[in-house]
Amino acid sequence: MIVKATKGDMDDSLLEKKTGEIDNENEHMTWVEYWLDGELVHRSAHIDLKRPIFSDTGVGGFSG
Amino acid sequence: MANVQGMCSTFKKELLTATHALGPGSGIPAHTVSTPDTVKAALYLVTASRGVADTVYNTTGELAGTGNYTQGGIAVTMATAPSVDGTTGIFTPSASLVWNNLTSSGAFDCVVLYNSSQGDKEISVHTFGSQTITAGTLTLTMPANAAATALIRIGTA
Repeated sequence: MIVKATKGDMDDSLLEKKTGEIDNENEHMTWVEYWLDGELVHRSAHIDLKRPIFSDTGVGGFSG
Repeated sequence: MANVQGMCSTFKKELLTATHALGPGSGIPAHTVSTPDTVKAALYLVTASRGVADTVYNTTGELAGTGNYTQGGIAVTMATAPSVDGTTGIFTPSASLVWNNLTSSGAFDCVVLYNSSQGDKEISVHTFGSQTITAGTLTLTMPANAAATALIRIGTA
C-alpha cells in the first residue's frame, strides 16, 4: 500500500506502522502513524464525536 | 487557558431571531430560500481559549494556514434539515468533516462551527483529545441525528 508521507508517496513495507485508540464518553478516536528510521512521516486520525451540545429551554410564568 | 465545549450563548439568542438556517427548510421569514446558510468548521490549538462566550469566528488560536490547512476552515455539509425527536430539537451535519493531506501547525483539540452566511457568528465549540496530523487525514465523524446523540440538541429541562 502506498502511504502519503512527508517524504512523498512511500510503500508501507518500508515503514514502521503504529496504531492507537481511545474510547471515552466524549469520543472514539483512532490513529495510525508511519515511521521511517525513527522519524514520523505520516499521522492520520479519525474521531467519532459522541458528546452532543445540549441546551435547555424553558418558559416563564405570569405573576400576579 | 483551554478550549471548553458548549453551545455559544449568543447562538441561543439568535435562535429566537431566526438568524441561522441550519439545513434546508422553508417558511423561515429571515430565510426565504430553501437553502441553508453556509456553516464552516475551523480547528483550534490546545493553547487556544474557545468557549461558549465566543460570539464571532476569529483566527486567534486557530491552526496556522500551513500544511494544507486554510484558516477559516472547511464548509459543513448541511443537507439534513433540523428536526424534532420526541421533545428535543436536533441538528447534525450530514457528512463527516475531512481535512486531507494535512500537517497541523501544532496540537489541536477543538473544532468551532460558525455561520459564514451570517457575519461569522459562532454556533458551537466541540472538544476532543489532543491530536496532531502529519501528512495525513483528519476525519471528524458526526453522531447519529437523534434526541440522545445529535450534535446540537435543544430540549426542555
